[in-house]
Amino acid sequence: MDKIRTEHLYFYYGRKQALWDINIAIPERRITALIGPSGCGKSTFLRCLNRMNDTIPRTRAEGRVYLDGQDIYSPDTNVVELRRRVGMVFQRPNPFPASVFDNVAFGPRVLGLYSRAELADVVEESLRSAGLWDEVKDNLRQDALSLSLGQQQRLCIARVVAVKPEVILMDEPCSALDPIATLKIEDLMRALSKEYTIVIVTHNMQQAARASDFTAFMLSDAERTGQLIEFGPTADVFTRPRDKRTEDYITGRFG
Amino acid sequence: MRRAFDEDLQELQNQMLELGSMVGEALARSVDALKRQDMEASREVMRNDMKINEKRFAIEADCLRLIATQQPMARDLRSIAAVLEIITDLERCADYAAGIAKITLMIGKEPFIKPLIDIPRMLEKDLSMLDRALKAFVDRDVDAARRIAAEDDDVDALYDQINNELLAFMLQDPRTIRQATRLLWVAHNLERFADRITNICERVVFTVTGEMREMNIQEPEAEPQ
Repeated sequence: MDKIRTEHLYFYYGRKQALWDINIAIPERRITALIGPSGCGKSTFLRCLNRMNDTIPRTRAEGRVYLDGQDIYSPDTNVVELRRRVGMVFQRPNPFPASVFDNVAFGPRVLGLYSRAELADVVEESLRSAGLWDEVKDNLRQDALSLSLGQQQRLCIARVVAVKPEVILMDEPCSALDPIATLKIEDLMRALSKEYTIVIVTHNMQQAARASDFTAFMLSDAERTGQLIEFGPTADVFTRPRDKRTEDYITGRFG
Repeated sequence: MRRAFDEDLQELQNQMLELGSMVGEALARSVDALKRQDMEASREVMRNDMKINEKRFAIEADCLRLIATQQPMARDLRSIAAVLEIITDLERCADYAAGIAKITLMIGKEPFIKPLIDIPRMLEKDLSMLDRALKAFVDRDVDAARRIAAEDDDVDALYDQINNELLAFMLQDPRTIRQATRLLWVAHNLERFADRITNICERVVFTVTGEMREMNIQEPEAEPQ
């Protein structure tokens, strides 16, 4: 089953074209990794999936992005609701300067959940799914910024999970983390993929190979920025890619 | 890009070719020693088999080191995986040479029941297939690999011929049975050798295309009546 599908997606920053005719079907409850060299458009593409690019002035998307068959760029889309359904985790952990509890409770409160007992349940459940509960349960009032970076990143994942999204977008979520914290996030992604569709941008090819079910390789050339070159099961892409450009990139013969 | 790694891959291939020539030489020597009924030369083939085993383990260690340290992907990964398979086949090929040497010792100086004609032919065919299969790997030549694998049929035909001939001897004169079965075993070793070369040809195709496919699918023999 496809959770997200794009058709002839083009994207522009002002007059600068950034994505070229992206057609992809992202499978539900699987981990899809986007790889490619810097400037290939993978982060731009990721941010198209919950219209995060809308926040940048003079940007423009053309084509279609379907979430469960509904075009998220249609005028009647509720963008706030879209971003609840399609959550995002960023490169640097960005917890609010508040307690662990309040970080996770933030989203549910915005959505109108005020009962202390219910909030406590949601916070616990979310921290558990983010694999952080056992490390913070004794002191939910501690400042989120006092956690280690790896813990902060898992807190950010808990914050996303707390609003019960369907898709989690991750933009290089481990680039600021040490190898152990990275492996914890990868384990967590695997566990979360039972319930959520995950799309991750990563510069780390080994991470894509280890942690994803499907891999998309993107590339820019002189004329066209942000092309999707190849998309397929991760095992195939890393053992026998179909396109020579993918081959050159993953074997390190690129450029 | 990745020059050091490319050099490592090249060196890995060179080591594999060296192993290949050691194996070809072992087989040639084993049959030569049989023809001349040279016991010392046969023992030398058997001793030399240890060196071949060691060489194979050394290459295997190199493969694992490259996988661990270079995280090869795609064609690089397939090349290394192919080398791992090929050196296993080569090592087994060497065992056939050692097997022939052992049979030579068993036959001893007892006069041959017939001149050896088809066994040297099988040897020649085996050695030619070995050389060309390894060259096909170096050249990443899928067409050549397919042609060489098809030649396994010629070796099988020679084996059948030897088999029938030796059977005739055994039927005519039961006193030949002991030596005939031993010569039959030599032929069998040479026949299996060619099968291993076919495996190498499969690895050439795999390295280039990523496809894993059996090349010589043997028709199941008819049930004896």
